[in-house]
Amino acid sequence: MIRSHILVCAGAGCVSSKSRLVKEELLTRLKLQDLTEEIRVIETGCIGTCDLGPVLVLYPEGVFYQKVGVEDVAEIVEEHLVRGRVVQRLLYKEPLSEEILEKMADLEFFRRQYRIALHNTGAIDPDNIEEYIARDGYFALGKVLSEMTPETVISEIKQSGLRGRGGGGFPTGLKWEFAARSTSSTKFVVCNADEGDPGAFMDRSILEGDPHTIIESMAIAGYAIGADQGYVYCRAEYPLAIERFVSALEKAREMGFLGENVLGSTFSFELELRVGAGAFVCGEETALLSSIEGNRGEPRPRPPFPAVKGLWDSPTIINNVETYANIPSIILKGAEWFNKIGTEKSKGTKVFAMAGKINNTGLVEVPMGTTLRELVYEIGGGIPGNKKFKAAQTGGPSGGCLTEANLDTAMDYDTLLSLGSMMGSGGLIVMDENTCMVDIARFFLDFTKDESCGKCSPCRIGTTRMLQILERIVNGEGIPEDIDALEKLASFIKDTSLCGLGQSAPNPVLSTLRNFRDEYEAHIYDKRCPAGSCQALIHFTINAATCIGCGICAKHCPSSAIVGERKKPFSILDDQCVKCGVCVQECPFQAIERR
Amino acid sequence: MLSTVKQVVTEHEHQPSRLLEILRCLQTSTNYLAEETIIQVAKELDVPISQVYGVATFYSMYSTKPRGKYVIRFCESAPCHIEGAAEVLAAIQGILGVDVDETTDNGKFSLELTSCLGVCGVAPAMMINSTVYGNLTPKKVQEVLMTLE
Repeated sequence: MIRSHILVCAGAGCVSSKSRLVKEELLTRLKLQDLTEEIRVIETGCIGTCDLGPVLVLYPEGVFYQKVGVEDVAEIVEEHLVRGRVVQRLLYKEPLSEEILEKMADLEFFRRQYRIALHNTGAIDPDNIEEYIARDGYFALGKVLSEMTPETVISEIKQSGLRGRGGGGFPTGLKWEFAARSTSSTKFVVCNADEGDPGAFMDRSILEGDPHTIIESMAIAGYAIGADQGYVYCRAEYPLAIERFVSALEKAREMGFLGENVLGSTFSFELELRVGAGAFVCGEETALLSSIEGNRGEPRPRPPFPAVKGLWDSPTIINNVETYANIPSIILKGAEWFNKIGTEKSKGTKVFAMAGKINNTGLVEVPMGTTLRELVYEIGGGIPGNKKFKAAQTGGPSGGCLTEANLDTAMDYDTLLSLGSMMGSGGLIVMDENTCMVDIARFFLDFTKDESCGKCSPCRIGTTRMLQILERIVNGEGIPEDIDALEKLASFIKDTSLCGLGQSAPNPVLSTLRNFRDEYEAHIYDKRCPAGSCQALIHFTINAATCIGCGICAKHCPSSAIVGERKKPFSILDDQCVKCGVCVQECPFQAIERR
Repeated sequence: MLSTVKQVVTEHEHQPSRLLEILRCLQTSTNYLAEETIIQVAKELDVPISQVYGVATFYSMYSTKPRGKYVIRFCESAPCHIEGAAEVLAAIQGILGVDVDETTDNGKFSLELTSCLGVCGVAPAMMINSTVYGNLTPKKVQEVLMTLE
C-alpha cells in the first residue's frame, strides 16, 4: 500500500542543480527506514520553477519543498515521512509578501496558471506510458480513429481557433486543411522542436515531461491530412529531451499507438526523430525541411508553402511542440470549450518562459490576454532586489521590447504586433534598471549575424554592418550619424531578406531605438552607459581607504591583473583586467568599485 | 576508422537523408570529423564530397578541426547575458588561457559558444560534453573546471 508519492523534478534546469543526486539519496534513505513499500519516488518533467530547483512535491498533502540539497534529504525522510512534520526551512517564501507557503497549490506561481499544453508536464513520470494513459492519454487518438472523419477533425481544430505557438500565429486548422486538400499520395507531418528562440524553453519541457502527447497529436494530424509518416526535428542542445522522446517512441510502438493499423484501425502511422546539429536558422520551416532531408539548413522562398510542397516536394504540415500539445485536449473537450479561453482573436492559453531579472523564473501557462503586469509582478514575484522594471523582450531576437508603459497590455498575438514586438514562441526576458538596452540590441544582432545562413546578402552583409555600428557604440566610439545609419539599414534588411530570420533581425534595434533612444545618445555623445553595464565604459578600481591589503582579490583574479603588497592598498592594472568582477564578489571589505 | 564509417552508414541504411545522424555518430568518439572520415562518408553514401563537407561545416556542433576531451559549450543567449554571462566567460578564458573556438595546449578543453541551452531558469549556463551546469558565477566555473580530470 503506497501512502505517499514524492515527485522529484527532473527537468533540465533541476538536473543541472543536481536533482538526480537528491533522488538517489531519497531512495537510499527510504530503504534504510524500510519505507520503500509505502512511499514511491517519481521522476517528473519540469515542474516550472527552475530557479527554486531541485524541487520536490510530496503527495497526498501537496507539500512543496524547494532548493533541496542532498544533505536535506535525511531530514525530509525522518521529519516529514516518519513523524509527519513539515520541514519548515525548505518551504517557499513569497518574494513580495515574505509569507511562507506550505502547499504547491498555494503558490501564486501555480495558482494563476491554466494548464492545457503543460497539463502533464511535471505531474507524471514521462518514462511511464501508463501514467500518461491514466491521465486520458491516447484517448483523443482513440476517439478520432473510432468516431471522427478526417474532415471533422480538421473542422474541430479550425473552430477551436488554435493558432501556431511557434512564431507567426497562423491558424492551425487552416494549415491542416491546405495539406488535406492535396490529392498527393505521399504527405508528411512534422514537429518543429528546434526551439532556438533564446529564453524560450517550453518545447524542451514538454518533450522532456510529456513526450507521448506529441506522439498522439502527430498521429491525429496524420489521420486528418492523410499522412502515414511523421518527423520530429529536435535540436541537439536538448540531450535529455532526445533521450526521453526516443524511449517514448519505443513504448508507443510496443503498445500499438504507432505502426501498422493503429489501435486496430485501418490507419497506419510511423514517426522518426531527427536531431539537429546547432543551427538556429533550422527553426525556420523551410530550412528545417532542408535539414531533415540531410542538407545544409538553408531556407527557400515561399510560396510554394510546405503545405503544398514540403518535405521531398510532398505536402507537409509543420507545427511546433506547444501547438501539438493543445490538440488532445481540444479533441476530448471540444472546440467550444477551447474557444471560450483567451481573447477574441487569440484563443486558448500561452506558455511563457520567464527569465532574466525576475524572482520566479520558469514556465507558466496562462490564458491569452493575461497582462504583462500579472506575469511579472503577480506570477513572477517581481524584480529581485526591488529594482525597477525596465523592459521585457518577447519574440527573442526577432521580437521587440515592452516597456513600463505597456505593463497593463493584454498579451496576445495582435496586441504584441501592434506594439512592434511579437509573441514568438513565448520567451519573456525581463530586464531591470541595470540592463543596458543598446547592449541588448547589440547582443541580439550579434546572435542573428552569427546565425544568418549566408544565402541572401541583405541578411548576411546587412546584419554584419549593423553589428559593427552597434559594437562601435557600446565601445564608446559611436558617431552622431550612427543612429540614422542603423534605421536605414534596418528598413533595407527587413524589406529584402529571403526568410523570416533576416526580415525580423532588425526588430530589436528598431524597438530599443523607439523606446530607449536616450540610451543610444548617452553612449554616443557622453561616452557613458547609463545602466553601468557596457564593459568598455566601466572600470574596476580599488578604494585605497577601505582596502586593508589582504590580497584575497589578487588571489582570485583569473588574469593576474591585481597587484600590491600585503597590508597596503592593492591596485588593478586596467590593461590586464578582463572585467569579470570576481574581485568584487571576493573582497570581504567591499573595497572594489565598479563604475 | 574506415570500417567504423562503413558500419555507421550501414546502420543508417545508406540513406543520404540521415547524413546529420551519421556525422553525429562518427563524431562522438573523437569530438571532430577528420578529412578522411568525410571523404569516406561521401563514398559510402554515394554523394559528392562537397555535400558532406558542406553539411559538416554548416552546423556548429560539427568540427573539422580536432577538439579537446571536454567541449565547453557556453551559452551566449540573452537570459544568460543579462544574468552576467560575459563575466563568467571572461573568467573561463582567464583560467584556461584560450579564446572562444580554441583548444587548450594539453588537448583537454575546447571553448565554444552555443545558442540557447533552454535552461534559462538557471542562467548563466554551459554544457560540458552533455552535462549542463547552471547558476554559474566566475567562482563556480573555477570549481567545475577543477573537478574535471
